[in-house]
Amino acid sequence: MTTLETQNLTIRFGGHVAVNAVSCAFRPGELTAIVGPNGAGKTTYFNLISGQLRPSEGSVLFDGQDITNLSAPLRTRAGLGRAFQLTNLFPNLSVEENVRLAVQAHSGTQYDMLRPWRTRRDLIERADAILDSVALGARRDVAATALSHGDQRKLEVALMMALQPKVYMFDEPTAGMSVDEVPVVLDLIARLKNDASKIILLVEHKMDVVRSLADRIIVLHNGQLVADGKPAEVIASPIVQEAYLGIAPGKNAA
Amino acid sequence: MIILSGDPPRSRALSILLIAIIVALAAVPFLFPGAKAMNVASKICIFAALVASYDLLLGYTGTVSFAHTMFYGIGSYAIAIALYGMGPSWAAIAVGIAVGLPLAALLALGIGLFSLRVEAIFFAMITLAVASAFLVLASQLSWLTGGEDGRSFQLPELLRPGTVFVKDFFGVSINGRTLTYYIVFFASAAMILGLLRVVNSPFGRVLQAVRENRFRAEALGYRTVFHLTYANCLAAVVAASAGVLNAMWLRYAGPDTSLSFAIMLDILLMVVIGGMGTMYGAVIGAAVFILAQNYLQALMGVASNAAAEAGLPLLPGLLHPDRWLLWLGLLFVASVYFFPTGIVGRLRGVTRPKS
Ligand SMILES: Nc1ncnc2c1ncn2[C@@H]1O[C@H](COP(=O)(O)OP(=O)(O)OP(=O)(O)O)[C@@H](O)[C@H]1O
Ligand SMILES: [Mg+2]
Repeated sequence: MTTLETQNLTIRFGGHVAVNAVSCAFRPGELTAIVGPNGAGKTTYFNLISGQLRPSEGSVLFDGQDITNLSAPLRTRAGLGRAFQLTNLFPNLSVEENVRLAVQAHSGTQYDMLRPWRTRRDLIERADAILDSVALGARRDVAATALSHGDQRKLEVALMMALQPKVYMFDEPTAGMSVDEVPVVLDLIARLKNDASKIILLVEHKMDVVRSLADRIIVLHNGQLVADGKPAEVIASPIVQEAYLGIAPGKNAA
Repeated sequence: MIILSGDPPRSRALSILLIAIIVALAAVPFLFPGAKAMNVASKICIFAALVASYDLLLGYTGTVSFAHTMFYGIGSYAIAIALYGMGPSWAAIAVGIAVGLPLAALLALGIGLFSLRVEAIFFAMITLAVASAFLVLASQLSWLTGGEDGRSFQLPELLRPGTVFVKDFFGVSINGRTLTYYIVFFASAAMILGLLRVVNSPFGRVLQAVRENRFRAEALGYRTVFHLTYANCLAAVVAASAGVLNAMWLRYAGPDTSLSFAIMLDILLMVVIGGMGTMYGAVIGAAVFILAQNYLQALMGVASNAAAEAGLPLLPGLLHPDRWLLWLGLLFVASVYFFPTGIVGRLRGVTRPKS
């Protein structure tokens, strides 16, 4: 069974504590939404889990192993999948090639130098199937940089899907998307929830999205974990009303 | 197109140009058996392979190395020292290759693992430092390398001009020199086709991913330091092999013909003129550059005289053969300015994504 846990996870940038002693365990079959105001440390928390940053203190445990000192590529191979908040693609490669590279990584084909890549039909077909699943099939031959912002966000998600990870980490997957593009991504996440062996982490500002998808919400504020629980409880709690929705307690609006 | 690894020239003009260059190079011993033409042709072959191996690094992975001539020099010196020390035998050639190529690979492995983990600029600086040190070392160890004078040596009997196979083949003598030329030609072609295979392999695709966005390649699970290091080793081995061919052709290895930074500069120019990240650019770049280097002066002499006879003002002076370096420089500035994607990029006519 997949397990993921952070213990006392802390990182300081100079004097600024971006993530402050966050201890939290994530369970398979559960979609945890991570919310909090801008600069709360959500993305930094993700970077600590997926290995882009090393903590000043604390540790990350994955499948019973302490992976705190594992590099990002090794964490990915272990099963931690990441879709970035700031779209992070191979800009001049085609859309298909972007995904194919992710499929290739997942297939474990690292150093095969001797056969032409096109002979690996299996990788190409798998990439095309994933592109179809995010409604990008028709755009497969254009350069990633030529995609609209919304399509780039979808491609970003497609790269993670191609890795078939045990843990999916979505960092504001629908940010900046037009309303008609959002459902494709949300459907995709909803479908992932059918697999009870996966851990899904979702950073999201849109409360309606959080409400409809999350099984659990944790709230980060100034790098600290300030609330953790069922969506309805957490959203109703004063600390969220204040910290996240910016509503002072007492002056509670409907 | 299995020999091209599924990566054809993708432009009729480019295909024609490539075929013309290859046919011309293959036919040189019969069409222009003179020493000068043979030297130019073999230099084009050798540099095409050398530049292709540099393109693997610069064009495909985006890393800048200044140590490429060092690897070229290692190959050259290995074969030269072996043939000088052991005498002109095939065993000496085998020893030179067996020592030179692994040495180049090991050195590249060390440099790569040490400096490719971090910023690309660090790698560039380290290669510059190591290559400079190697240059000094090669001139200091004169008991081994011959110092500034280098090492001249004899080739095995079979490869000498005196070994005549066919005395008069339509007026051309086919001898050991011809055989050496074809060894150079086919070995270079094999290396270029091998590199074309590598850049079109799944591994080669990762190299391009690293060039585009190393951070993301890592996040996908590629430990890119190894991909870059292996590419560096492979480039080093091909460069050293080109060095072996170079020394065998010249029957000499010295700092100026195999180690100097002037050669490094030439390689850079050739890869940029031909077109980075294309492999075919190496063939075109080497051919254009080396032809210009060797024949521009003569061509200008003719033009200058013609202009003088026609009584034109200024032109005879401008075209005077002594100004050939100026014109060569201008030619390169112009080609880089007008063909920022190189001749190959220009002929393919697009900046479309490499799918
Ligand atoms: N590499 C870094 N160096 C210095 N400070 C950093 C670094 N990364 C993040 N920070 C700081 O850490 C804090 C948390 O940033 P983070 O990006 O994690 O916030 P966030 O919760 O994801 O915000 P948003 O909702 O805007 O995405 C911010 O104050 C940010 O400026
Ligand atoms: Mg963020």
